[in-house]
Amino acid sequence: VSTFVLLSVTGIGLGALYFLVASGLSLIYGLMGVLNFAHGAFITVGAFGMWFTESKLGGVPVWPRFVLGALAGLAVGGVFAGLVELVLIRPLYRRHIEQVLVTVGLGLATTALVVAIWGNDARPVPSPGWFGKTTTLAGAHVPNDRFLLIATAVVVLGALTAFLKRTRYGLIIRAGVENRAMVTALGVDVRRAFTLVFAIGGVAAALAGVLGNVYFTTVDPARGTSLLIFAFIVVVIGGLGSLRGTAAAAIVVGLVQQYANYYASSGLGDLSVVLLLGVVLLVRPRGLSGSFA
Amino acid sequence: MTKRTLAVPAAVLVVLALVPQFAVDLPYVFKDTLNTPGTLQLLALCLVFGGVAMTYDLLFGYTGLLSFGHALYFAVGVYLVAIAVTKWHWGFAVALLFTALVAILLPLALGAVSLRVGGIAFAMVTLAFAQAGSILAFKNPWGWTGGEEGFGTDYTKLPDAFVGILNTKNLYWLALGYAACVFVIVRWAVGSSPGHVWQAIRENELRVEVLGLRPYSYKLLVFVLASFLATAGGVVYLLLQTGPTTDVTTANFTLTLLVMVVIGGTGTKWGAFLGGVIYTWANQRLGDASSSHAVSSLPSVLRTPLQQPLFVLGVLFILVVFFVPGGLTRLGQKRRPRTLQRLQEAMQR
Repeated sequence: VSTFVLLSVTGIGLGALYFLVASGLSLIYGLMGVLNFAHGAFITVGAFGMWFTESKLGGVPVWPRFVLGALAGLAVGGVFAGLVELVLIRPLYRRHIEQVLVTVGLGLATTALVVAIWGNDARPVPSPGWFGKTTTLAGAHVPNDRFLLIATAVVVLGALTAFLKRTRYGLIIRAGVENRAMVTALGVDVRRAFTLVFAIGGVAAALAGVLGNVYFTTVDPARGTSLLIFAFIVVVIGGLGSLRGTAAAAIVVGLVQQYANYYASSGLGDLSVVLLLGVVLLVRPRGLSGSFA
Repeated sequence: MTKRTLAVPAAVLVVLALVPQFAVDLPYVFKDTLNTPGTLQLLALCLVFGGVAMTYDLLFGYTGLLSFGHALYFAVGVYLVAIAVTKWHWGFAVALLFTALVAILLPLALGAVSLRVGGIAFAMVTLAFAQAGSILAFKNPWGWTGGEEGFGTDYTKLPDAFVGILNTKNLYWLALGYAACVFVIVRWAVGSSPGHVWQAIRENELRVEVLGLRPYSYKLLVFVLASFLATAGGVVYLLLQTGPTTDVTTANFTLTLLVMVVIGGTGTKWGAFLGGVIYTWANQRLGDASSSHAVSSLPSVLRTPLQQPLFVLGVLFILVVFFVPGGLTRLGQKRRPRTLQRLQEAMQR
């Protein structure tokens, strides 16, 4: 039983990571119809922003250093994403294929630039010792960083839901996902919402980058791409543009991956996720939530 | 095809076929003399990727299918032949036959599943299938794929004419033959009646359906054809290398195919081929240049990004998308008047 609990918590923790990436992807696609291949770059930028800041704060105690590094990572990720939208995506409105192509190029170039500056190898990231310790839960020794992942994802889900339901911009975004032409016709400038959604997605992705540093204890230029692929799978399973569907799909994918890796054989987890995607698309081509844009 | 449309490609083919006979120095373009094995190897790689880019263009440029899993079918050609001769100790001819069979059945099965959905979902499903293949190659099941590093092909099983540095010439001709075959097949296919349906699907799938045709079967046809030709390219690529590596299985590999096609120009006669050649050449030469004296004397702000060819190519790609929307082959063509374009955009709003 204790193994099962450990696997479940780890699976949900991994799902939390996927959710952070996928929520931004899902919102961006839902509102703008852009499949954002640069999202992996946002993860990488956030992760390296955190690592770089921490490496500059050598003498600072470990907790403030971690918090400052994380905040810097988030800020860099959000600003980068916002700028990408303003400079590269905005001039290409209404040309979806070109927008996707630009994000593809940006994703490739950003990763290559990071590799050029800091090299291909993963580097260790210092983080507070508390994350490495375990908490006993129903007989299982669960590393504390899993709880951090889950708690953060829950907070982000709550904050995003509140933002979408309670604020004026949230209303514009929700309306825009449903029918952008109508919102524009009513005289609302949805374009400002586009930049906002990109920045929010960038912060969430950077958060995934920061937490990825904690979970894997290293910073790795290749992680952005590999997380992005699973996030794509999560988004499609959950139904593009639906936040709740994305959250549910993220947990399912994380759990399936962990269980299959442990109970069947290592490496089978990734394959079964792919299989899951195939099955879901065949049974429900619009994803779990049924709101395929 | 009429005689006239074949004249230019035939002339190009003859010129390219004669390349190994000339000992010409082309400074900056190539590091060594034209007929040295090093240069011929690079040219052969350019030709292979030119051909593979054309197969991707069949899907993306001519039918409008945005696949993110084309790497899978290329990798099948690279890996399957190598595994069959090295790990299963089959003969080369049997390995080829087996690979050809898989190259038809696999895309038939996977295409049948992924084409049930369209647009972005199709892109994602193809990505997922290719990812599954990539994971397999990395995980090294039964010791077949050699994991991340790959493995060396058992060259004693390969035809003698394609083994060894002295035979680079033959490999070059093989690559040229592959590119020429793909070119002819693609021209013939897009000019055939299914080819017209593919282009109609790209323009307006609903309308094709209303006309009483089933887009699904036509899409499956082009999917299998493009995948089969990509697998053939993978086999030629394998012969050019010492063995398969995981690079060719990754999603990034498919993205580079997309970059090649868009840089050259989608859905055009020469665009994809030129894009593949230019990309492969630039990738190699930028790598060489980064270690050259001219670059290493630059300040580090400039030098660091230039060390990564993918960075330069990624930026170039973005610039092409922004400023040369039709790709390089449409550079010389007359652009539509801007006012007309504006009017059309305004009407779509």
